[in-house]
Amino acid sequence: MGIMTFRNTMLANLFKKPVTTKYPAEPIDYPEGSRGHIEIEIEKCISCMLCAKNCPSGAITVDRKEGSWEINRMDCIQCGYCTMKCPKKCLHIVPGYTAPDGVKQVDRFVRPPETMKPAAKPAAAPKPAEEKKPEAAQKAADAVKTEETKQN
Amino acid sequence: MGKKSVIPFGPQHPVLPEPIHLDLVVEDEVVEEAIPNIGFIHRGLEGLAEKKDFNEMVYVAERTCGICSFGHGMGYCEAVEKLMNVEVPERAKYLRTIWMEFSRMHSHLLWLGLTADAFGFESLFYECWRIREWVLDIMEKTTGGRIIFSVNQVGGVHRDLDEDQIRFMKGELDRIERDLKNCEKTLFEDATVQKRTRGIGVLSKQQIHDLGAVGPFARASGLKYDMRMTGYEAYGNLDFEPVISDEGDCYARILVRTKEIYQSIRLIRQALDQMPAGELSVPVKGMPKGEAMVRVEQPRGEAVYYVNGENTRFLNRFRIRTPTFANLPGLCQMLQGANYADVGILVVSIDPCISCTER
Repeated sequence: MGIMTFRNTMLANLFKKPVTTKYPAEPIDYPEGSRGHIEIEIEKCISCMLCAKNCPSGAITVDRKEGSWEINRMDCIQCGYCTMKCPKKCLHIVPGYTAPDGVKQVDRFVRPPETMKPAAKPAAAPKPAEEKKPEAAQKAADAVKTEETKQN
Repeated sequence: MGKKSVIPFGPQHPVLPEPIHLDLVVEDEVVEEAIPNIGFIHRGLEGLAEKKDFNEMVYVAERTCGICSFGHGMGYCEAVEKLMNVEVPERAKYLRTIWMEFSRMHSHLLWLGLTADAFGFESLFYECWRIREWVLDIMEKTTGGRIIFSVNQVGGVHRDLDEDQIRFMKGELDRIERDLKNCEKTLFEDATVQKRTRGIGVLSKQQIHDLGAVGPFARASGLKYDMRMTGYEAYGNLDFEPVISDEGDCYARILVRTKEIYQSIRLIRQALDQMPAGELSVPVKGMPKGEAMVRVEQPRGEAVYYVNGENTRFLNRFRIRTPTFANLPGLCQMLQGANYADVGILVVSIDPCISCTER
């Protein structure tokens, strides 16, 4: 039985750098392959709904008519099952966790109209960049549209 | 003689990592009887098996618990594989064994920290958790998740280890071993640790056997009972003996768990050296039909997984018997006649995982 067996460790720790970092003030390096959040290449999406059907927590909503793909970031459990199920491999799980929030954050991605009907428009047309509309912005846009309709 | 009184212990208590309620019948600071009460975090995970595809259910099963999550995912996959007669490739078996042992290391380091905290040794608590952080970093770099790995699937695993990752793992294991040796001196020899743990909550080998206890809690009383000896996954090809101690007190439980971390380090090194090349998974055809049961050694002890399917993509029944549930009778026996001041360390000494127990 010894006394003060921890003394040397304690004294050594006084002259060492802190083990913890000042996250989020200091950025953190995520290792390659870390499962942080899901990203979509919306122009490749064919709205097959396999991701939505197979999501264990039901975080993904797909609307075929509008060509939209929605993910509830707070419901997503970062299992990566949707990325395995996607036939077009347009879903990717990338590093970087969703920041904590008071409200459930829903990200909405709408496929550009040019890619909606590939048969009608030849592949020669240049593909526009990914369009990302957060739910709040989308709702605001919808509200404006509704108001315009009422005024008319 | 004083008057008997009932003191509620938990579900909110500084020593408790998870909610369990104990009604302690106390007379003169001595506990006469302890009545456990669970059910604060029931989530109905087993019921979800009837609504989720059996492949999707892997991700739900591994969320049974935040500490032994890999073991739950692996136990579920093993049960479904047994049911569907799927033979997992050798490399996948080794990978599962390696990640399971890392999971055991992080669970035991977490427990050592919580125990140090329970008897008021804050610096030791931080030191153990500092080492645990390295284990979590290894897991994040190799599986993508710190706690929930999500690498299991029915029929194998999703991710592989490359040469760089294996080299990184070996280097980190040396570092963990070196720093744990430093902590071990305090855990095994320090007077303050021994004063709080020696001769507290003694259970004999016969008592442990009769009460049906499992895991390091049972092995600390001399019961040589380890499911890994049955040789599931790659354990059959690895050379190891269960760590046991004959003392049966809280000190023996610290001793057994600390030595099990070294054992895990040795097992991982063996597995990394022996791991054959090959496929990671095999395709699974058909639907689960019939029933199967497997037993897996979790960090806290033996866990039992039962699955029942009726040739549909949903399981008919999924059931987990968790190690903490088996250890609760042992806890109640230990608490009888214990000093009220020792209740905290006694409750922590079984390594209670209530999330698992309530599912």
